[in-house]
Amino acid sequence: MGISNVKIYIHIANNDIYFLFLYHMPLIEFTDKGLYCPQGKFYIDPWRPVDKAIITHAHSDHAKAGSAHYFCHTLTKPLLLSRLGPHTIQDSAWGVPHHINGVQVSLHPSGHIIGAAQIRVEYKGEIWVCSGDYKTENDGISGAFEPINCHTFITESTFGLPIYNWLPQHSIYESMRQWVLKNIAQQKNAILLAYSLGKAQRVLEALAPLDIPIWVHGAIWNMHESLSNAGVALPLVQRITPEHTKSNFKNAIILAPPGADGSSWIKKFTPYQLAVCSGWMQVRANQRRNNADIGFALSDHADWNGLLQAIKATSAEKIFVTHGFQAVFSKYLKDQGLEAEEVVTAYGQEEEASKTISE
Amino acid sequence: MKAFATLIEQLSTTTKTAEKVEALYQYFKVANDRDKVWAIALFTGRRPRRTISSTLLKTWCADYCNLPLWLLEECRHTVGDLSETIALLIPVQSDIIYTSSPLHVYIEKLISLSSANEAEKKAYMLQCWQQLNSSTERFVFNKLMSGAFRIGVSQQLLIQALSKFAQMEASFIAHCITGKWDPSLISFHELINVSAPSADVSKPYPFCLAYPIESGLDKLGDSANWLAEWKWDGIRGQLIKRKDTAFLWSRGEELITEKFPELNQLFTYLPNGIVLDGEIVAAIHDKPLPFSLLQTRIGRKHISKKILSDAPVRFFAYDILEYRGEDIRQYSLENRRKILESLVTSLNVHTLFISPSISFTHWQELKQIHLQSRANSAEGFMLKKKKSPYYMGRKKGDWWKWKVDPYTIDAVLIYAQKGSGRRGNLYTDFTFAVKDGDKLVPFAKAYSGLTNAEIAQVDAFVKRNAVEKFGPVRTVKPELVFELAFEGIHLSSRHKCGIAVRFPRIYRWRKDKKPEEINTLADLKALL
Repeated sequence: MGISNVKIYIHIANNDIYFLFLYHMPLIEFTDKGLYCPQGKFYIDPWRPVDKAIITHAHSDHAKAGSAHYFCHTLTKPLLLSRLGPHTIQDSAWGVPHHINGVQVSLHPSGHIIGAAQIRVEYKGEIWVCSGDYKTENDGISGAFEPINCHTFITESTFGLPIYNWLPQHSIYESMRQWVLKNIAQQKNAILLAYSLGKAQRVLEALAPLDIPIWVHGAIWNMHESLSNAGVALPLVQRITPEHTKSNFKNAIILAPPGADGSSWIKKFTPYQLAVCSGWMQVRANQRRNNADIGFALSDHADWNGLLQAIKATSAEKIFVTHGFQAVFSKYLKDQGLEAEEVVTAYGQEEEASKTISE
Repeated sequence: MKAFATLIEQLSTTTKTAEKVEALYQYFKVANDRDKVWAIALFTGRRPRRTISSTLLKTWCADYCNLPLWLLEECRHTVGDLSETIALLIPVQSDIIYTSSPLHVYIEKLISLSSANEAEKKAYMLQCWQQLNSSTERFVFNKLMSGAFRIGVSQQLLIQALSKFAQMEASFIAHCITGKWDPSLISFHELINVSAPSADVSKPYPFCLAYPIESGLDKLGDSANWLAEWKWDGIRGQLIKRKDTAFLWSRGEELITEKFPELNQLFTYLPNGIVLDGEIVAAIHDKPLPFSLLQTRIGRKHISKKILSDAPVRFFAYDILEYRGEDIRQYSLENRRKILESLVTSLNVHTLFISPSISFTHWQELKQIHLQSRANSAEGFMLKKKKSPYYMGRKKGDWWKWKVDPYTIDAVLIYAQKGSGRRGNLYTDFTFAVKDGDKLVPFAKAYSGLTNAEIAQVDAFVKRNAVEKFGPVRTVKPELVFELAFEGIHLSSRHKCGIAVRFPRIYRWRKDKKPEEINTLADLKALL
């Protein structure tokens, strides 16, 4: 990667080469605090406190607390505030150019979740794009992924294996509705586990047409409130509180975050059937490990073909591959004749990218 | 195929036995008779022989999907199963909807392909990959083609479902589906009909199985009601003699009559209409030898003179299920044993022994004798109620196994590999080492014994500390210490450390221990 080249040049310590080093100084470096733009003196999704942090989206592995100044998309701002508490946050609409220490920065939809942005960075004609997390299929809520021409593209690789190719959203939604109706017909509650931010809102969209009461866990309720207050139109839901007892839940839809699985909280919905909504459900072993009655491979990340198409659409000369199957995916890109390198980051430790049992 | 794939889906997504039985029952209701027979065959381990190697499957799939082979391998490690990997890699044909054929069509085609050339096999595979619509159907199809069909349904559940479907006693069904039958020749009616003329003289009875004892011996009541026998470390076998032919069945329902030529004399002398339950044990006279010696014979096609003299086998009988052609499983154990004793005495064949019952007057005394199990080359005791009938399958209450405590040793984790099946994409297959001076010597692999939460922790540790990036095996920092348990230990020239342990598993995670504190190779050898 760029930064290691720098080290080699310094070791040789020759004036000419030192000049070359300045000329080739990368626009974004990979540091132990996160992605850093030395010319603009800002970080993108830093995992340690810094002065200026540009945040791609509000998932907790990308949006860490403690930095002095934050910059993000307008729809990410309320989510960030509800996650991090009071912070100085500057926001921006899509595509508006901002100048930070002479570097031009703009945000572009990544299609991952509501407000999720790709960060386009331009300096003296050189363009880098950091994808954050993205998906190429338009989910109708998060904004459509926008391919951006650039010289260097930093891509995620959460589902960077060819076994991960998603069915179209409408057909997954249809299976989800069929599954819910089957359970209701059998006098059972239908519990769906989905991440509070992003996935839960999509599941709501999918199930709202059924006109069956939808109850949500407190964590999902909080996100729902923040988004509604920010002007995002979402279907009506009811919050589950400790006062609600078993008798409140008859033939209902219950939406909860993955952590609710196996908790005593979930018992009050008996009899129920349990679904897990996550890209990891593509593989049977994950489904079985989660003790789910069914898994829906519904993801907020690009699938294999999505990643390849996105990369191609940027026309980038150089690809950096971050969190996910970065070793395998960058090797494949190299096999295809692209200049690709893997980068180790601290992303992907939470939310959908986590590959642990409790995912 | 669609109905069968749905069944497999249902079986693998529910943990509730009632739902599994219901799913099987529903399948038997809709499936045609040929499919029913094949489904029963598949669920009882009678899968057709593999006609296409996994290497060929991989190559064809990589070709078809235009992917490099190494990438397919990486996918396989993540999925944990080749059939599923291929099912996921094949692109979905959304434009044309094909209707799949019934299950038996695919299996019979598969059998007919065994003599076909590679091109014909490939053409058939590709055609099916294109035409099977759902990834579950492709998955089940691949499982069949690669001879790897091992979808777990316990025999008991299958029997319950069949019994409900055929409206016959479960014990009758169990008897019908055991033994030697060829799913490509037998009809469903012939299979579920033991008294039909075609019924096989080799047909074994379902084995009676015991659970490990859970509570104190006092809970078993008066010790006078119980019979204690040594639990031998051999191969459980059912010996049948009917119509002048002898059959020896293993517990896995494999016919192993030919594997033990030293039992031929016994086969000859045994009268007709006899079924014995017992243990095939490597032994000099009635003194058992370690299981490792018997192990050297298992799986061999030719039994050499050396093997015959190093590890001669004997049949230690402990029960009799059929006598003079009559099913006597409902007799009490006491009475069956009397018949068995008089039979063995009258036969007087040097390869047949009665597994002795241990005389004791109270439980405390039996506990003392139990401590001598290893010295008697036994794994512990079997406790059986004297009044008990010979049950079908595993039943709690009248038969218990009471094993000796395993050997244990503290070792450090040095290599990890992703598991398969349910453990796909998780590092769950571990290699452990003991110390030898300042070196670490690998001595055992273990896969089981951790809770799901512990698996997640170890998996995260491996992912953080992995050295290599490609291929399945990860070398990890020797840091995590585990107490390993195993049943036996013997010298082995095939293992680098010079010893081999039997049935190693993780006993507990010693988070309190540092890698410096693990046991040494010398500690291990001291157990020999």
